[in-house]
Amino acid sequence: MWFLCVFYHRLLDFRKPEVEALAELFGEEIAENESLQWRLPEHHHNDTPFHFVQLSSEEIARNIAKRSILVKGMYELWGEGTCYEELKDSILSYPDSRKLPFLTSDSTFRISVETFGRGLTFEEQKDRIQSLTYIPFEGRVNLKNPDHNFFLMEMIESEENNGLQPILQRRIFFGREVGFADRKLLPTFQLKSRTYLGPTAMDAEMAFLMANQAKATSGKLVYDPFVGTGSILVSAAQFGAMTMGADIDIRVVRDGRGPDCNVWSNFKQYGLPMPVALLRMDNNLPPWRSGLKEIFDAIICDPPYGVRAGGRKSGGRKILRGTVDPYTVPDDKRTDHIPSTGAYSLVECVHDLLHLAARMLVMKGRLVFFFPVLRDETGGEVKFPEHPCFKLVAVSEQILSSRYSRVLLTMVKVEPYSEEIKEAARLMHLEFRENHLKWLEDGNIHSSVFKPIDSSQIHTDPKAFKDPKPKYRGKYV
Amino acid sequence: MRLITHNMLSCNIKGVTNGFPLRIEAGNVIKKEVDFNPDFIRHMFAKLEWKALVEGARSMGYAELPEDSPDAAVLESDESFLKKLHHALLELHLEEGALVCPETGRKFPVNKGIPNMLLHEDEV
Repeated sequence: MWFLCVFYHRLLDFRKPEVEALAELFGEEIAENESLQWRLPEHHHNDTPFHFVQLSSEEIARNIAKRSILVKGMYELWGEGTCYEELKDSILSYPDSRKLPFLTSDSTFRISVETFGRGLTFEEQKDRIQSLTYIPFEGRVNLKNPDHNFFLMEMIESEENNGLQPILQRRIFFGREVGFADRKLLPTFQLKSRTYLGPTAMDAEMAFLMANQAKATSGKLVYDPFVGTGSILVSAAQFGAMTMGADIDIRVVRDGRGPDCNVWSNFKQYGLPMPVALLRMDNNLPPWRSGLKEIFDAIICDPPYGVRAGGRKSGGRKILRGTVDPYTVPDDKRTDHIPSTGAYSLVECVHDLLHLAARMLVMKGRLVFFFPVLRDETGGEVKFPEHPCFKLVAVSEQILSSRYSRVLLTMVKVEPYSEEIKEAARLMHLEFRENHLKWLEDGNIHSSVFKPIDSSQIHTDPKAFKDPKPKYRGKYV
Repeated sequence: MRLITHNMLSCNIKGVTNGFPLRIEAGNVIKKEVDFNPDFIRHMFAKLEWKALVEGARSMGYAELPEDSPDAAVLESDESFLKKLHHALLELHLEEGALVCPETGRKFPVNKGIPNMLLHEDEV
């Protein structure tokens, strides 16, 4: 059955993948290498909020709309047209068997008029509703809580387009509402009112999108290896999943800012079940017992990109560079010793993440994470991280600045973890250790983001400044 | 720290081959109620190392679990067993204490319920 899916007009790249992930979650049968079937209304560009999608039942459409963040509503289309005459013909030709059951005299209904492009006065809205008298509504009107909700949606092409292509032409849709979004979710969870925040806490809307991409639901175990303040896990917990998180920084995870301001209090604030476990550990040298595998249903995370917050791994700066040999901590200082950590490049971080996911995810489990990309004007093909166990199913870009953006990658585990994969990962791990400095420079996003545009700002006289190389916040650019 | 976590962790100091299971030195154990979700418990059961779980539970003061790992059939039929497993896995918390490596004796401290599994510079 085809449904009209109306999206909120934001985060365009994220809309369809979310619906596809939720369709799968709610039982839509999708074949191996296929996805949902989508159709655009006539003369509409892909950016339009209006899309037709094929789903096998109304119930699935309703469930998707209810849980989705970007879907405003799902409708069974009764008619469409470029003007009201066409709309009338279209509605009259729609089979009675589909219309009459919802127009019975013992039911209540409501017709809402929505316009995109400009507002309508109350009179204009009433006129439009009156024009629908050819539909035999037998029931009573109930504006507060009707059995059936009908929507008349009119798109008016705006004259000023800021020089952009118009994304839609005038079109009118009339449909019966099958599902609608839960509008209380975002205001309740917004970061503004969150108890414990950190500089890289994931925004609530995005966290819910990630949880939807990962198909988080009751009975599943979701893991975040870079948990920080727990913002991503909160959203997964809201959808019923059991959560678990780890971080290398013990102050963020264990202490927070006080006994009432830490990761646990974030969950308490919303009455959500506490995470199953919070750990301090290094993803580069994880303490999992050998033989442990296929335990997480989903891994959702936001790894450090190295721009505003850099990753850390065990080792200490000088040890990793080889300037100093690993030193032994004297026994009496051991208990309170805080091990030094060194820079963890994005490349190695993502490699470790993929390896962790390959081992710890159940088959068909999902890995959802953000990956930073530079927005090159040359527009070359961006290469995303790959792994033989995974199939990339969705890529959604969120622009952060003129220089870089981040893409949400959704990967599904399709191949089991094998000895070959384990061995290849071990060799790569050694390679990172041997050539620490080289890997640190490769793919360093920090420089590209903070480099001054005008290089004449850099003084070339080495005597005038002790430090001729440009720096931003203490790091070389 | 709960027993479900303890069941996943081992000592990963360089050169150690027998780092699992970690012995629990229980300082402060508390019980916190968690909603019972039978599907989750069944799903987790398949991944557990049973002996380690039983020993760990005993160190935390809970001895109701059977010594031998029961067959899968018990999971479907016996709800009271599932409840015991649920209690052991999710409701017992080690707030303060340590996890001790069976091979080297190195202690991984547990503070405020969070185990610190970070290795020192010479253990890497």
